[in-house]
Amino acid sequence: MGSAWWTYRPDDLLMFSPRVYARLFELHNQALWPAQLIALALGGMALVVLLRPDPRATRLLVLLLAVAWVFVAWAFLWQRFAPIHWGIDYIIPLFGLQALLLVALGCLRGGLRLPGHWSMRRGIGIGLFVYALALHPLVAVVTGRGLSGAEVIGLTPDPLAMATLGVAAMTEPARRAWSLLVIPALWCLLSWITLETLGERGAWLPLLAVVAALTARLWPAR
Amino acid sequence: MPPPLHSLSRRRLLGGLLAAAAVSALPSRLALAQTAEPLTRELPGTGVALPRVGLGSWITFNVGDDPVLLEACTAVMAAFFAEGGRLIDSSPMYGSSQATIGHALKQLEAVERVYAADKVWTSNPAEGPAQIAASRQEWGIPRFDMLQVHNLLGWEGHLETLMAMKASGDVRHLGITTSHGRRHDEVEHIMRQVPLDSVQLTYNIVDREAEQRLLPLARERGIGVIANRPFQRKRLIRHLEGKPLPPWAAEIHADTWAQFILKFIISHPAVTCVIPATTQVEHVRENLAAAREPLPDETMRRRMADYVRGL
Repeated sequence: MGSAWWTYRPDDLLMFSPRVYARLFELHNQALWPAQLIALALGGMALVVLLRPDPRATRLLVLLLAVAWVFVAWAFLWQRFAPIHWGIDYIIPLFGLQALLLVALGCLRGGLRLPGHWSMRRGIGIGLFVYALALHPLVAVVTGRGLSGAEVIGLTPDPLAMATLGVAAMTEPARRAWSLLVIPALWCLLSWITLETLGERGAWLPLLAVVAALTARLWPAR
Repeated sequence: MPPPLHSLSRRRLLGGLLAAAAVSALPSRLALAQTAEPLTRELPGTGVALPRVGLGSWITFNVGDDPVLLEACTAVMAAFFAEGGRLIDSSPMYGSSQATIGHALKQLEAVERVYAADKVWTSNPAEGPAQIAASRQEWGIPRFDMLQVHNLLGWEGHLETLMAMKASGDVRHLGITTSHGRRHDEVEHIMRQVPLDSVQLTYNIVDREAEQRLLPLARERGIGVIANRPFQRKRLIRHLEGKPLPPWAAEIHADTWAQFILKFIISHPAVTCVIPATTQVEHVRENLAAAREPLPDETMRRRMADYVRGL
């Protein structure tokens, strides 16, 4: 890019092919196997906390998410994505910041509260989390990438961001929740643009996650 | 220059035999054409003759450390060299493309064969020398043949650096690049002010703005021209796919749309070479085959452009 960067379209800035992007996930999964099983099990435990919240378990859930943001930044963004996308170098610190925000806002001075009663906000939040945990890995199968290219929660950025959006969508207090929502939403928007530019089916899914989280957050509490 | 015959390694010899075997499987006219070296044109005033078709690396060689894709890129470069290609172009902006090229050059023992064209791409000219050194390390070569200021970013400071490097023999040729038809006024200004060896710009059968001022100026000033985005990053090929080549394309031995487009580009008297990028060995062969006689004359070039415009 030169100084006339505003004249570029997303496809002018696309640096890699769909094949290379798909292979990122295949190689990542190969390298980490069987961590996927552990990640899914931890995700399942986190879902139980969302369904039956209590203050101590909520703090553990938030800590788990913080660890996942750091792990994904290191294992996926830094080790795999950054070599083919120089822009990722600027995003990695944001993942670190999200982890710090989760720890700071989730564990200090009252922390976060998860609602125990059903509401539209809670329904959307849990729906987002369930999608990120159980359905998003299957998108790879539907789009032809195969299960070997599945994006698993806690190991890859999209489902992690969507799951975090789910938690941020339903949690209280609102100001802390909004703070936790910004970086996952930005990542999902970036992912949407990337997938759209690559011509991937299901590119709109990260965008839909952001819309769902914002809808939940803006939905009247009662 | 290509290495002397006695320096051929067993791997290279085997590679050549494999390439010859693959060539023998193609239709006879194509196979016969590929036994000849590609056409060359001198980079003006340098005494260096470059094959008219080079190899770009934007997107196609950005494969990270994926061993499967690295080997696929190595096969592409092997075919490129087997067909007589030399100029490979990259940039620190292209992700891991430089490292991919370095990997393949090492595997193919082709450091002596390649004409290495890279770029400097940083807004801070003080960072230029370190970036160039890092790029050279990725390529695994003793020096670059050509260094270009990528998209005019920080061009004044970088050209000072490159001119000093050229004076001291640390690079042979220097240039500037632009793409997508951007900032042609500034390119023209630099071409008039600075003793460039080359300018890289977007030129193809539909993106012809450069014909107005930059290509004539390049001829007038004795500056080489490297044409990028010959296929508009596949968009042009996709647009033409399924549409018939005109029967008279046979007169210039253009068997495919890719060859039709490449022959149009390299037949412009100001264009030194074109740098299509690809991940396919067969496309490399197809592209290099375009750099062979006959090329279209001016009348045929107009006919070609009119035909594509009418599709």
